[in-house]
Amino acid sequence: MLETSALQYAHPGQAVISFPEIKVQAGQSLLVLGKSGSGKTTLLNLLSGLLTPLRGEVVVNGTKLSALSEQAMDLFRGRNIGIVFQKPHLIAALDVRQNLELAHFFGKKKGQEIPRLLAELDIAEKAKASVLTLSEGEAQRVSIARALANSPKLILADEPTSSLDDENAEKVIRLLKTQAAKIGAALVIVTHDQRVKNQISNFIEVKRP
Amino acid sequence: MNLFRISWKYLVFRPLSTGLNVFLLALGLAIITVLLLIQDQFEKKMNQDAEGIDLVVGAKGSPLQLILSSVYHIDFPTGNIKLDEAARLSRNRLVKKIIPLALGDNYQGFRIVGTNHDYLALYGVEFYEGKVWDLPFEVVLGAEIAAKTGLRVGDGFASSHGIGVGSHEHDQHDFVVSGILVPQGNVVDRLVMTSIESVWYSHDDVSETEEEETSLPDSLAIGESHQEENVAAAQEEAHGDRFHHPVAKSGFPSTEAEREVTALLVQYRNPMAAIQLPRMINSGTSMQAASPSFEMSRLFELLGVGISLLQGLAVVLIVVAGLGIFIALYNSLKERKYDLAILRALGASKTQLLILVFLEGLMLTFLGAVLGIGLGHTFLWLLVSQSEQNVVAAIQPWIFLRKELWIIVYALGVGVAASLIPAWSAYQTSIAKQLTKA
Repeated sequence: MLETSALQYAHPGQAVISFPEIKVQAGQSLLVLGKSGSGKTTLLNLLSGLLTPLRGEVVVNGTKLSALSEQAMDLFRGRNIGIVFQKPHLIAALDVRQNLELAHFFGKKKGQEIPRLLAELDIAEKAKASVLTLSEGEAQRVSIARALANSPKLILADEPTSSLDDENAEKVIRLLKTQAAKIGAALVIVTHDQRVKNQISNFIEVKRP
Repeated sequence: MNLFRISWKYLVFRPLSTGLNVFLLALGLAIITVLLLIQDQFEKKMNQDAEGIDLVVGAKGSPLQLILSSVYHIDFPTGNIKLDEAARLSRNRLVKKIIPLALGDNYQGFRIVGTNHDYLALYGVEFYEGKVWDLPFEVVLGAEIAAKTGLRVGDGFASSHGIGVGSHEHDQHDFVVSGILVPQGNVVDRLVMTSIESVWYSHDDVSETEEEETSLPDSLAIGESHQEENVAAAQEEAHGDRFHHPVAKSGFPSTEAEREVTALLVQYRNPMAAIQLPRMINSGTSMQAASPSFEMSRLFELLGVGISLLQGLAVVLIVVAGLGIFIALYNSLKERKYDLAILRALGASKTQLLILVFLEGLMLTFLGAVLGIGLGHTFLWLLVSQSEQNVVAAIQPWIFLRKELWIIVYALGVGVAASLIPAWSAYQTSIAKQLTKA
């Protein structure tokens, strides 16, 4: 589902970072480990097509990302890649349900039924709530629901547990795993969180040269 | 969910800032709307009411006042002129037609105009019911008066002296409605029209029964003070049947007594008259001549300063509102950059973000424009409903002009201008950089 050759990327005025080859099958999970500043998030941006690699190729569901125009890349990302950020980053002007509808609108895709998705993530009763009233854990679950809304082929999560307590962290990882397995998506989690390593064994490590 | 709704949600998410900007813009546009409406209708009305009148002749005084009082029936008359002097003028070869007016009375604040049938012909009136007056004390009502007072053909009423409500009433002889006009959309709608004889006779009655009244300040002075006895005696004889004699249909009524009228509406026979006649009247007689078009353009010139001042104020308000919208969009974009990055991550294209920001500015200004036009019409409506009798009352507050569409276009232009920089910066946002900042 996700395949990369040896990727290389250089931030302006910095040394080139090289990443190991990645291969994740549908329904499988992969952790990307590494110290802060080692380029984990850069890798995630490369995988999601937000950055273009210096060398190497990212292939998602059989599509070469480098072959897409900028606009086509935006749409492809909306339809096939769900991203969970370190912080939930919900749109404050919209309520929970509308935040999920955004994914459908910009992905131009019917996607998953929102009430059912919210129910599975245990936040069904918050559908009409303002996102400002959610707890940290609830907000993170809404952002996961948003990433899942279009049944993506690839789910990317950037430190999804860093601001959560043990209970919520475990819940979030379990949710990501089960949902990815259910819709047959490849799951890539960038983290340095020990609690995550306990649940997913498959990992690669990113090191600065 | 669509771009329109997202923009709208962002707007209502900041109700105070949005409300303030919309209101500021609306105020500016409201002033422009009012000016547009007044200018359009006022000038149209002014020209319409003065159509066919080349010159107004009346007692010496302010020429503007003479025009206002005898063409538009707004101001007080300048005084009266002697009938024989007026009749002499009508025989001048430069005069094509002359319509005498006798003013000075009112019914519930509506002015009573003593004149002849030519006055009705001048405005091309049509009758809703009844017919033109034939006998003294028969009157024709303008449509607005008939609607406000509920008088019908055959009803009688007593006039009041003076041109404002609440002054002394002539209760000796009632006027009888002989006809009601269809709405003309000009000054005639607010006038009670009758024969000159009616106005004369109603004042004769006053002097007969209330001698002391004759010394009151009187816009229609009756010329009988020094020969009171003779005239009164003559009137006593004539009293019985003169009310049943038909009145003059055009020109001047014939009378033995020394009578007066208030003003004369003159039509020139040829262009030469425009040069010679005013000078001749102003220097050779005790009357003065004033041209409606000249006096009105003078009036508009005087009002022009005030109008440009208001226009300036409106422009300042609109510019401030535009700046406010720009600052609001620009500031909110700082926190919004993250939102924009998220939207991009969800699949939004750069162009969609550009449209999103523009939509927000456009929606704000469109709301402002609609509210502004509504406010403008409401202001005008308030203004009109406050002033029942004067010329402002004739302005229709709920007429919508095509020019008002331009107000919306201008407003949207302000919206585009205010959104340009914020939209461009949204377009340029690098999502990867935004999302990594955390």
